[in-house]
Amino acid sequence: MRYLDEYRDGKAARKLLDAIADATTRPWAIMEVCGSQTHCFLKYGIDRMLPEQVALIHGPGCPVCVTPVEIIDQAISLASRPDVILVSYGDMLRVPGSAKDLLSVKAEGGDVRMVYSPLDALKLAREHPDRKVVFFAIGFETTAPANAMAAVVAEREGIDNFFMLTSHVLVPPALEAIASAPDNRVQGFLAPGHVCTVTGYVDYERLAERYRMPIVVSGFEPLDLLQATYMLVQQLEAGRHEAENQYSRSVKREGNPQALAIMDNVFEVVDHGWRGIGVIPKSGLRLKGAYARFDATRAFDLEATTAPATESVCIAGLVLRGIRKPVDCPAFGSDCTPEHCLGAPMVSSEGACAAYYHYARQEAAR
Amino acid sequence: MCLGIPGEIVSIEEGEQLRTAKVRFGGATRDVYLDLVPDAQVGDYVIVHVGFALSKVDPEEAGSVFDMLRTLGGP
Amino acid sequence: MTFFPECPLPLDEYPRVLLAHGGGGRLTQNLIERVLLPSFDNPFLAPLHDGALLDVDGGRLAFTTDSYVVQPPFFPGGDIGRLAVFGTANDLAMCGARPLYLSCSLIIEEGLPMEDLWRVIVSMKEAAVEAGVQVVTGDSKVVERGKGDGVFINTAGIGAVLSGLDVGSQRVQPGDEIVLSGSLGRHGIAIMALREGLSLDAAIESDSAPVFPLVEALVDEGIDIHMLRDPTRGGVSSSLNEIAGKSGAGIVIEESRLPVGPEVQGVCEILGLDPLYVANEGNFLAFVGAGQGERAVEVLRGYSLGREAVVIGRAVEEHPGVVIMKTLIGGERIVDVMSGEQLPRIC
Repeated sequence: MRYLDEYRDGKAARKLLDAIADATTRPWAIMEVCGSQTHCFLKYGIDRMLPEQVALIHGPGCPVCVTPVEIIDQAISLASRPDVILVSYGDMLRVPGSAKDLLSVKAEGGDVRMVYSPLDALKLAREHPDRKVVFFAIGFETTAPANAMAAVVAEREGIDNFFMLTSHVLVPPALEAIASAPDNRVQGFLAPGHVCTVTGYVDYERLAERYRMPIVVSGFEPLDLLQATYMLVQQLEAGRHEAENQYSRSVKREGNPQALAIMDNVFEVVDHGWRGIGVIPKSGLRLKGAYARFDATRAFDLEATTAPATESVCIAGLVLRGIRKPVDCPAFGSDCTPEHCLGAPMVSSEGACAAYYHYARQEAAR
Repeated sequence: MCLGIPGEIVSIEEGEQLRTAKVRFGGATRDVYLDLVPDAQVGDYVIVHVGFALSKVDPEEAGSVFDMLRTLGGP
Repeated sequence: MTFFPECPLPLDEYPRVLLAHGGGGRLTQNLIERVLLPSFDNPFLAPLHDGALLDVDGGRLAFTTDSYVVQPPFFPGGDIGRLAVFGTANDLAMCGARPLYLSCSLIIEEGLPMEDLWRVIVSMKEAAVEAGVQVVTGDSKVVERGKGDGVFINTAGIGAVLSGLDVGSQRVQPGDEIVLSGSLGRHGIAIMALREGLSLDAAIESDSAPVFPLVEALVDEGIDIHMLRDPTRGGVSSSLNEIAGKSGAGIVIEESRLPVGPEVQGVCEILGLDPLYVANEGNFLAFVGAGQGERAVEVLRGYSLGREAVVIGRAVEEHPGVVIMKTLIGGERIVDVMSGEQLPRIC
């Protein structure tokens, strides 16, 4: 596949690894923000091929992992209603709420359906005018414009049995929370390339300046991550702190203006809770204006649930902030596995715990 | 967080509401909405996420990593 | 299949299967005598006893059973009937046995269009001829609408183990070379593509096909076969993990050697699936003695079904029970056992 396979070339990868090794003279700790980037590192074994001095800290860029438990519980509550069809991306189906997950609700008779695209959820609303179709709309800025389009089309067509239960989160506030934390060890960021395809990276220039940390916007294939790591190490070694763009075949500095305009039309920025981390100010999106009527929390009488006291042993929050690695967790691989997990990062397709469990368990054991 | 994959636009249909295209990924073709990339044409490659094109692949920039590898020299 | 014979039951009278077709009375008799019997016509089935009486030459028998519940029942390159015959015949081949006789048990949902049932039966008949097996005994039941999914098929099969052949996990040892007979995941992807509304450049000829001739060819060539397995549900990953677990050997495979067709790659990238976990049909893994992998591949490539055969890896002493893959860029990762079903993802 063009623009994909060529970025998985072994010879080129080894050349880049050599270049990184040559450039590295001191230890550096860098964070790859996006779960898909974590997975690429582990899936190809790149993390263990980097020079020892380059330490990877895995970031919170897994929208599935950070969706608050309360919202999952709300989805579960809605899915259990006979008049509701709960529609979700595949990723969310196995994530545990406080008691169970959406797949169990399906097994118990709830009408839970999986879609690949938000407009498919709208299609279901048209096909079932007698039922209420609730679309569980999660994601970072990458997914927000597509989710917003569902609201735009629904409004245009006057569809009144379509609702959205949203959990949209924004990356820059999270990076700010990490960079400004007193115990922060991260010295540079690999920024998420598809988020930046939508938003551009002007915000990241500001972050780099304010916290004096280099940031490189990176793609998701092995050569992308290696080139971006090389660029980041070069900046760190030279004492620079700029925002650079490795993923220039997709990312422009100003992002995608159409996508941003639609997001601006449909959503407003609000404070948002991140599972395992807590509330980060101005880090979420909520439906506004003409689109507020699609908001499931307003349209349905949902109990304001509160999260359970603690998720006991689970250290998801520490993992998501990069303070601990999954293998540091006492429950990793024993009480917590993808089949019966204690927290979201073990069951999410791009959660850090899942990545270690699936790709590098034997290393972890050493 | 973001499964975005590159595909080639094979044909475009200007609907009354939305602009859809047939986009080919390897040996499989899927319907994709082009509303977020209005200047995309047949033959362009786009990055697709949840059924929407988010950007056009810039063919010149696509070579940047290989340009860099050439400057690194070596075998 | 170009010519399609007409359904022998009067469709204007019975366009759909009724509960009465499973009741044991006249309609059941009609179903058996006009639909099932002529399709599977053979002297063992004709007496319509409770079971079939078969001759075996004093050798070893392989015996297997499987149930088929695939939805949708008709998919690109195949259908549930074809699957039910080849799937069980191939399980016998994986025991190193020539497939001989099958039983066929149908559980039909009330309301299934009779045309559909007929299509499935004709398909089974043609598959039986292709696989060189006879359906010698069977049963059919009808359940109430809503209590079945169209049609469920169970086939049990008996085969004669080729003399001198002894396959099993206990025979797998470090040094064995692992041969894969065809490209990954065509069957699972054909089904996924249909379900997700993806169109494919080349119709994936669902790899559902009989593999025994390929196994026999390997034996005739004198290849020392230690283990055979067809990677159905859970894909190549599940099979390799099972074998590693049971044999106590470690396994190493190379990503660059895995054969993946463009349609399968396209669908997997779109939906975020890993071809190593996608179901195969008409595809098998063979663990052969050290140094015999290339010869085995040569033999298999002489067959259309084996045209993409390749050595994908080997059994090793290290990391017993664990499957490791050398990645495209030279790193390493575990090929883990699948948790739950592989779901399409957006992240």
